[in-house]
Amino acid sequence: MTYAIEGSTGPWEVVVGLEVHAQVISKSKLFSGAATAFGAEPNAQVSFVDAAFPGMLPVPNAECVAQAVRTGLGLNAKINLVSRFDRKNYFYADLPSGYQISQYEKPIVGSGAIEIELADGSTKSIGVTRLHLEQDAGKSLHDQDPTKSYIDLNRAGVALMEIVSEPDIHSPDEAGAYVRKLRSIMRYLGTCDGNMEEGSLRADVNVSVRKPGEAFRTRCEIKNVNSVRFVMQAVEAEATRQIEVWESGGTVRQETRLFDSARGTTRPMRSKEDAHDYRYFPDPDLPPLVLDKAWVNELGKKLPELPDAKRARFMAEHGLSAYDAAVLVAERANADFFEATAHRRDAKQAANWITGDLFATLNRTGRTIEQSPVSAENLGKLLDLIADDTISGKIAKDVFAVMAETGEAPDAIVEARGWRQVKDSGAIDAAVAAIVAANPDKVAEYRGGKEKMFGFFVGQVMKAMAGKGNPALVNEAVRRHLSP
Amino acid sequence: MFALSLAEARAALRARTISAVELTDAYLGAIEALNPQLNAYVLVMPEAARAQAAAADAALARGEAGALTGIPLAIKDLFCTKGVRTTAASRILEPFIPPYESTVTANLLRDGAVFLGKANMDEFAMGSSNMTSAFGPVTNPWTRRGDNRPLVPGGSSGGSAAAVAARLALGATATDTGGSIRQPAGFCGLVGIKPTYGRCSRWGVVAFASSLDQAGPLARTVEDAAILLGSMAGYDPKDATSADLPVPDFSAACARGVKGLRIGIPREYVSDGMAPEIGALWEQGRAWLQDAGATIVDVSLPHTKYALATYYIVAPAEASSNLARYDGVRFGLRREGADLTELYENTRAEGFGAEVKRRVLIGTYVLSAGYYDAYYLRAQKVRALILRDFTEVFRDVDALLTPTAPSAAFGQGEKMDDPVTMYLNDVFTVPANMAGIPGISVPAGLDAQGLPLGLQVLGKPFDEETVFAVAAALERAAVFWALPTIRAGR
Repeated sequence: MTYAIEGSTGPWEVVVGLEVHAQVISKSKLFSGAATAFGAEPNAQVSFVDAAFPGMLPVPNAECVAQAVRTGLGLNAKINLVSRFDRKNYFYADLPSGYQISQYEKPIVGSGAIEIELADGSTKSIGVTRLHLEQDAGKSLHDQDPTKSYIDLNRAGVALMEIVSEPDIHSPDEAGAYVRKLRSIMRYLGTCDGNMEEGSLRADVNVSVRKPGEAFRTRCEIKNVNSVRFVMQAVEAEATRQIEVWESGGTVRQETRLFDSARGTTRPMRSKEDAHDYRYFPDPDLPPLVLDKAWVNELGKKLPELPDAKRARFMAEHGLSAYDAAVLVAERANADFFEATAHRRDAKQAANWITGDLFATLNRTGRTIEQSPVSAENLGKLLDLIADDTISGKIAKDVFAVMAETGEAPDAIVEARGWRQVKDSGAIDAAVAAIVAANPDKVAEYRGGKEKMFGFFVGQVMKAMAGKGNPALVNEAVRRHLSP
Repeated sequence: MFALSLAEARAALRARTISAVELTDAYLGAIEALNPQLNAYVLVMPEAARAQAAAADAALARGEAGALTGIPLAIKDLFCTKGVRTTAASRILEPFIPPYESTVTANLLRDGAVFLGKANMDEFAMGSSNMTSAFGPVTNPWTRRGDNRPLVPGGSSGGSAAAVAARLALGATATDTGGSIRQPAGFCGLVGIKPTYGRCSRWGVVAFASSLDQAGPLARTVEDAAILLGSMAGYDPKDATSADLPVPDFSAACARGVKGLRIGIPREYVSDGMAPEIGALWEQGRAWLQDAGATIVDVSLPHTKYALATYYIVAPAEASSNLARYDGVRFGLRREGADLTELYENTRAEGFGAEVKRRVLIGTYVLSAGYYDAYYLRAQKVRALILRDFTEVFRDVDALLTPTAPSAAFGQGEKMDDPVTMYLNDVFTVPANMAGIPGISVPAGLDAQGLPLGLQVLGKPFDEETVFAVAAALERAAVFWALPTIRAGR
């Protein structure tokens, strides 16, 4: 069960700790009033504070602080009522003030935990060491001019949460599950949109390997990995590399590395980028951040239901399997869609339609649930049409296909195409009688004991009725006509 | 006209016996005549000042006078002034024209003040002599009896002090990180108050050491200083360290008297090599306050002797970080290089003067891995002890009386060989910055060579009113009438 990589000297365990940088959802930056929207023209969202003009001062944005507290509460973590901002000093062209305001010694959130679900259905708790607030830097554009670098400060000063895990992660799958779960929790909370393509979520991956039972060996940090898949690949690639180093008699050096997604390998960053002495010290422009206990409690009361609680409720209330429940709660929008569809209906059937046909359609067309052509209301109506025998389950698949294509309501589709089930026993009897009359040899076979022929008759009748015959009534009529 | 104090000029303007334009013209004329000699201003703004004065006259005619309507002031070149070159007396900010107005100067403009120009200073406010300015030294309007050699006005607010002392402004803004208001006040025979940390907004003031910097006025009388501080002070949500407290009526506090107050005399404020006149003046001050009805108490501030060393760790540490933004990338001086590192090196090598470089190096050193605990962290601990000294002593007394500086003004070029000798100028003023408490310097007498000497009053946090009351009592008793050698209206 335990993940291990088999080396030439035997099995190796992998030890992983993650530092996730999550961009806080807020209208304005951590210490200035400038906007944070993605995709603006370069340098369109820069205040004099962000550009570190002389005499400009940072003032903490209360909404960013609240978002960090919400996230901390969502991770069941300790909220530190007194925290502090520190300066991390280094020179770079996209760091206007020459220091990043971060929280070094006293983060706003202390230890917590995240429960991850693994492929085999088991769960595991991963410790969260801390969460702190910090500013993002700007962006250096090196590809705009052959000799110059361009600087875009739109991101400079945007609030990030750095969430540090304990080294409790022991496989690529666990690393992936951790990032997915953390992302899911933050999206539920509305504190980070988790959009890895836009850089709203990035991970620094700390990897080491050891023989079973050993203490930790030297770790390497892989910087700025920007997708769940790459996190998983980076863990495996780096662990494999380290095992090779150890097994060939070498020593793993503590260093910062980059993941090359094209090659699927890690490589060291230039040592220059790594040789900083950040000279951390408390930011004298910012008094300690003191939170009111009652305010924190108030935020706690207003937290939405989080994925773990929702999953448990879906299992208890709707009788879903652990797997279906986990799939449905991963994204809040999916869970909401499910609940809207399942309301006063067969929840398991609703879950099957959503995790089956709907997700398949969305995947195929590259849409999110928010862009689904089939609304929860219409999917619910489709379930109703099945439940009251207006259509059969088989026809329902066809109706769904039309819904996915056109976005039309299922009742309208059924009416327009005349797909309503035939429940008129006279019509069914007539259809059955015609099939029986046309196939005397098959009738004889059936009556001679070849019971499998029963299906042939049902199929022929259904075909003759364009699939609209009520299956139960058709079965009953076929049985009646075939009985000697 | 130059004999009028700010309060008197204000009364005359309101009575319409003089006009703001007349007053401003007189001061602009004085600047034209004497600034070449004193170098107190690095930028004079005659057109803007005349326009402000004309607007002031219009306001006065409408009977809409603010606290400072028509009062011509000098603005230390550390305060960002919208559309007006601001340099911090450093080459690295050339050129820099701020697109914003500092909160303190905006408050003064709100109250109707006229800005004559930007005052010279030590580069980035680092110095006690005004010798480190990129625009050259400022000359103290005072001279030793029978000796014309130029003296320093003190620093870092040397231009502000020289301007006010020589009647090139009715008052001036200044800043005080380790004594930069009070020491020049002492050297130039002026009143200068550093209010409680947080009383004046730091927004728009070029930062030196953020946990110590505080703006305040330089003026000729205690009342003038009270009027100016009343306008400059106030809560500013743009400065997270600004105090959300109402601004008291400082002028009214000047008339309170000291009857019943307990005044502490800290025994640690005696320095080796302190001029004998300074010890005598301190004694005199003690007697004056006693005569005015105060009770004098000998007190101890045992950690005083560590204050200067601690200051020269904390202030450079913060400065090394605050000055990182002067990198040639976005504003100010830029000296190209083959790569980014060279751009930094070329720009900062040429842009910063020797004293600034020294402090950036010290600050970088004390924050470095392996030295942080021994220097910066220990300094912060000592700083807490210094604050505790004051907190304990202020349980027993209402204010403290000390000398402002260990000497009178010294000659330009003196004390330049060893930076530590220069740093010792701040020995009596630095503790107030470390503790964040208010301190004022009042001219109280002359030394044997005819140079002014100041006495310092320190008070409880946010109790500038008592500080003004004690300062005004000293002023009344001292009857300081001496005038500088170089001055307008002679």
